[in-house]
Amino acid sequence: MGARIEVAGLTKTYGDLTAVDDLSLTVEPGEFFGLLGPNGAGKTTALEMIEGLRRPDAGTVSIDGHDPWKRDPELQRRLGVQLQSSAFFERLTAREQLATFAALYGAPPARVDQLLAQVGLEDKADARVEKLSGGQAQRLSIACALVHDPEVVFLDEPSAALDPQARRKLWDFLEGLNESGRTVVLTTHYMEEAEFLCDRVAIIDRGRLLKLDSPAALVRGLDAPTRISLAPEAIDEAGARGIDGVEEVTVHPDRTVLTTRRPAEVLAELARHDALHGLTASGATLEDVFLELTGREYRS
Amino acid sequence: MTALLSLSRAMFKGFFRDRMTLFWAVLFPLMFLVLFGGILTDRGAPKLEVAQIGDVAALDRMPAETREALEQSVEITRSDDEAQALRDVRDGDLAAVVTEDGDRLVVHFSQADQVAAARVRATFQGIVDAANLARTGVEPAYALDPRQVEDESLETIQYVTPGLLGWAIAMSATFGAATNLVNWRKSGLLRRLRLTPIPTSSVVLARVGVSLLVALGQAVIFVALAVFAFGLQLTGWWPLVVPLVLAGTLAFLSIGLLAGAVSKTEEGAVGLANFVVLPMAFLSGSFFSLEGAPGWLQAVSRLLPLRHLNDAMLDVMVRGQGVAAIWQPMLILVAFAAVCALVAGRLFRWET
Repeated sequence: MGARIEVAGLTKTYGDLTAVDDLSLTVEPGEFFGLLGPNGAGKTTALEMIEGLRRPDAGTVSIDGHDPWKRDPELQRRLGVQLQSSAFFERLTAREQLATFAALYGAPPARVDQLLAQVGLEDKADARVEKLSGGQAQRLSIACALVHDPEVVFLDEPSAALDPQARRKLWDFLEGLNESGRTVVLTTHYMEEAEFLCDRVAIIDRGRLLKLDSPAALVRGLDAPTRISLAPEAIDEAGARGIDGVEEVTVHPDRTVLTTRRPAEVLAELARHDALHGLTASGATLEDVFLELTGREYRS
Repeated sequence: MTALLSLSRAMFKGFFRDRMTLFWAVLFPLMFLVLFGGILTDRGAPKLEVAQIGDVAALDRMPAETREALEQSVEITRSDDEAQALRDVRDGDLAAVVTEDGDRLVVHFSQADQVAAARVRATFQGIVDAANLARTGVEPAYALDPRQVEDESLETIQYVTPGLLGWAIAMSATFGAATNLVNWRKSGLLRRLRLTPIPTSSVVLARVGVSLLVALGQAVIFVALAVFAFGLQLTGWWPLVVPLVLAGTLAFLSIGLLAGAVSKTEEGAVGLANFVVLPMAFLSGSFFSLEGAPGWLQAVSRLLPLRHLNDAMLDVMVRGQGVAAIWQPMLILVAFAAVCALVAGRLFRWET
């Protein structure tokens, strides 16, 4: 179970635009891997070349030693794909949709109902795909990618078009996807999603790989300050400035915010003064890393 | 095999659940059959209604059996009001008014209905000739023995069913393939299918299988309706309709694939399919016979696959011809299918 994906020097140009520029990376078996970048960064083009849907202008893709562009049915049976736009057989019900995809992959139909329940569509099993909401269609599309129990799953922006609750539910479902050793590659422009789901994240912009590491390592590498917020009565401004390691203090009517790069020491000191009332602390996020790397607002 | 079957099933359900396509491809041609079969079914001309004013020797002294024969096609009523009867002729309520003026039989008729006028003149010319002949006392030298070449039951339904069936097959095969291809490409399903382990040929095979099945179903409904509701009399070789329907479906399926390959939207594909099929139906004699058409039109119509399909269907369903009548049209249809499919294959795109 699980396959190794090796990408080397992958390049694709459309006229003057270089959509993917010399991309090289390796996805380990059983890894949950994210391609993170703003819209138009080249994530989808890169993913579709890895899936074998687009032919690279230069570079190679290998999935356990197979070139996906060659359309080897043996390899294709091991891959599950969710494309960016939901592509369904028109006028079939959700259940028929899944059963048809199962048959196309030569998989037993037994998983269909179980899978419908797993993606929360058991109520919609007999509804035609045209009647599904954007989020329901997205979940059915993901179920279609999983119906033959593939070793490698490619998900292209799986949580696009979902509202926050639905996105959170989808994450819970996707989280365990690689537990049985399955390799998962997903693209996203949600930092939170990459942070929540992925073992490692490749940050891509303008077709280039900017950085590749685990979300935690990426954040640590940023050396960004932690912000500690306290209730106004917990500590006065002078007292806060007196604590060793505090770089900056801002007083708001409802809270006092301390900025530090040594949060452990500062928190210990605050605890000694019994000044932890109304405490919240926030560190850097992947978003900070992303902004640091791309140097501009993330474009949606 | 399971993959091919379930792909076909998905395609068939998609077609069958699409009310619009179902209407245009299946019900609409059937409506034409009902229209043609129901309204025009009795083309035997109605009786001529003739008013006789006063005594008319040629009618009154007619031998009983001649009179009986005459009354098969002419209904004679006596009237005293000549002016009213003449008004009725002018208004088209009567075909003619007959009076006697000495040794002349006077027939008043209206030229407004040219067919009725000709029948009136011919009928009374015959009556006068017979009366004259009777007066001479000479035995007639010749006798008329009219014989219809077709089956006695020949009615409009015999002519319209094969042509309308040809048109129906053309519609559903073209529309089904064209909209299917465009929709699947537009929704991205074709790309998605490309990533499944099934070969591309399976998609084409499934489409061909579904189209053939739909066409056979249509043929069964069509012929059953024509036979049971409108009295279509099939001749001995009618099962040859099956290979003809199959070959015709292939030809129009490939036209549909071609239309689907060049169209970007479903509306475009439907429009293009209509643009090709409807004029072709007229030029191929689906709705009316082309016998009176000028030579150049006949020549154009012989370039169209539907013309060959219609002619062959008429031959085997109604004219009682056998295998010899279909091998050439079948060859033409299949060759046409091959050429169109080849061009469609060249123009084929996986995605928009």
